[in-house]
Amino acid sequence: MSTAMDTESTYSGYSHYSGHSKKAHRQGRDRHKSPRSKDGSRSEKSVTIQTPPAEPLLGNDASRAEEAQDDNWGETTTAITGTSEHSISQEDIARISKDLEDSVGLDCKRYLGLTVAAVLGLLVFLTPIAFILLPQILWRDDLEPCGTVCEGLFISVAFKLLILLIGTWALFFRQPKADLPRVFVFRALLLVLIFLFVFSYWLFYGVRILDSKDTNYQGIVQYAVSLVDALLFIHYLAIVLLELRQLQPMFTVKVVRSTDGESRYYSLGHLSIQRAALVVLENYYRDFTVYNPALLTASKSRAAKHMAGLKVYNVDGNNASGQSRAMIAAAARRRDSSHNELYYEEADHERRVRKRRARLVVAVEEAFTHIKRLQAEEQQKAPGEMMDPREAAQAIFPSMARALQKYLRTTRQQQYHSMESILQHLSFCITNNMTPKAFLERYLNPGPTLQYDRDRWFSKQWTLVSEEAVTSGLQDGIVFVLKCLDFSLVVNVKKIPFIKLSEEFIDPKSHKFVLRLQSETSV
Amino acid sequence: ISFPFQQRIEIHKLRQGDNLILGFSIGGGIDQDPTQNPFSEDKTDKGIYVTRVTEGGPAEVAGLQIGDKIMQVNGWDMTMVTHDQARKRLTKRNEEVVRLLVTRQSLQKAVQQSMMS
Repeated sequence: MSTAMDTESTYSGYSHYSGHSKKAHRQGRDRHKSPRSKDGSRSEKSVTIQTPPAEPLLGNDASRAEEAQDDNWGETTTAITGTSEHSISQEDIARISKDLEDSVGLDCKRYLGLTVAAVLGLLVFLTPIAFILLPQILWRDDLEPCGTVCEGLFISVAFKLLILLIGTWALFFRQPKADLPRVFVFRALLLVLIFLFVFSYWLFYGVRILDSKDTNYQGIVQYAVSLVDALLFIHYLAIVLLELRQLQPMFTVKVVRSTDGESRYYSLGHLSIQRAALVVLENYYRDFTVYNPALLTASKSRAAKHMAGLKVYNVDGNNASGQSRAMIAAAARRRDSSHNELYYEEADHERRVRKRRARLVVAVEEAFTHIKRLQAEEQQKAPGEMMDPREAAQAIFPSMARALQKYLRTTRQQQYHSMESILQHLSFCITNNMTPKAFLERYLNPGPTLQYDRDRWFSKQWTLVSEEAVTSGLQDGIVFVLKCLDFSLVVNVKKIPFIKLSEEFIDPKSHKFVLRLQSETSV
Repeated sequence: ISFPFQQRIEIHKLRQGDNLILGFSIGGGIDQDPTQNPFSEDKTDKGIYVTRVTEGGPAEVAGLQIGDKIMQVNGWDMTMVTHDQARKRLTKRNEEVVRLLVTRQSLQKAVQQSMMS
């Protein structure tokens, strides 16, 4: 087990260098996608259906093609200037270590842990049986005869072992759903405990019983029974430590996505930081809307305009810090009308989206009226024009294709829906008798990441960045960050406050009322 | 408890048909809601207050003003009576003259000011 720990420490040491390699990776990614031109749907008169599989419906948009060359790229490829001639840059080291881990290292660690646990489990399971059988095999003739009592004990051992087996199967035989950076502390503790326990039992057995060839068979069987009882108790301990302890909510966790500020709150119990990160990520795929880089271009262009407004020339040649302060002050003072631009742009965009949405809804509703479901009796009567859902979808798709395409382009979602996926969704909706609104639900609002195709996710490999050790438990005020290539999730932990609840008894007969009188009498 | 800033007002009732009227309206009483009284300084005061004075009526002639708190009527205490009891004490058929003991916030302030100057 110690070797497994060693490989982890190197991994976590390099985890914060992965930021350097991401720029190279991203450049490589974009170079492979060549821009495609879309001709058919631009014609005003007809819509031609092209069926390339899994292609983005609307080709690329301008924002992706002009991924601006990062001006700082050169600065991050620092070379280690050492005394040796064969120096490689930090980036290369990070890339190599990442490749290594991706292919071999992590799997090895995971399977090592699993095999150790499996071997230990088998050993533990066979131990009571061995305790009972060994005297019979080795010195059968010397054993005292032990009738009904021993047989009763045999039955109890058998059933307890069966219960232990079923319990272990229910609790531990599960597909591992995640790969955590550090060893799961409670599991490791339990394995060590079981190992020590069984080892001490074997030691005692070996010295006192095997060596001295004890003839009291009933005592030996009772010893085996006590081992099985203790194993059942350890199993109970395992349930409490691994499953029950974290169920009661103790902390509220706020998760904020760094790129657009979308945030959610979750309730967690006593977990280690790495397990809490796991819970957060599982919920991220379900709760957060999908990360869409196309939506961030507006704020980036605004930021670029702010920076490009002023040019500073250094006349004297010194005092660099004063220069940046002067720049900030000058930028604050000049009359900036960018808020105006933002307001009108947003209002404009809102109107455009609503108009296209209205056209889309009308087009889809009209398209759906062209199809009617054939009942079973009618199916024999009209064998002529019967279509299966896929053909029906292909038949009505052209009438709504243009409106859908324009809407998706306005809301910048066109990357996420290929024509094949739209046709599939349409035939799915037709099969399940869904209304046009149900069909459109997927396109009108951006959904959670799970809804979309895997290669559109932008978030598959995560790194946990934390100032505390990742196996330490959650505490109030801890902050950790889950980074993936394009964005990060900042997680803030807060303790649920101690609630003081007191009771107050109200007699049901004590609810009495009077009228609020306010008379005025003239005399 | 005697309030030092009090005034005695004598009202002669006016006969109108079968009734003797005094020419003002009262509000308040221990069975009423004291927080709705616009004239009282202390909103827990459940005394009887003059809420309206008809123009040219006997009360106005006698010097009764709107907002006065009536402390006594013909010697009967009016600070702890119900609204109806107050009405009855003012409209006794066999009395033609009622003598009221009233207190007034402006009275209070006037006396305080004269004491200070």
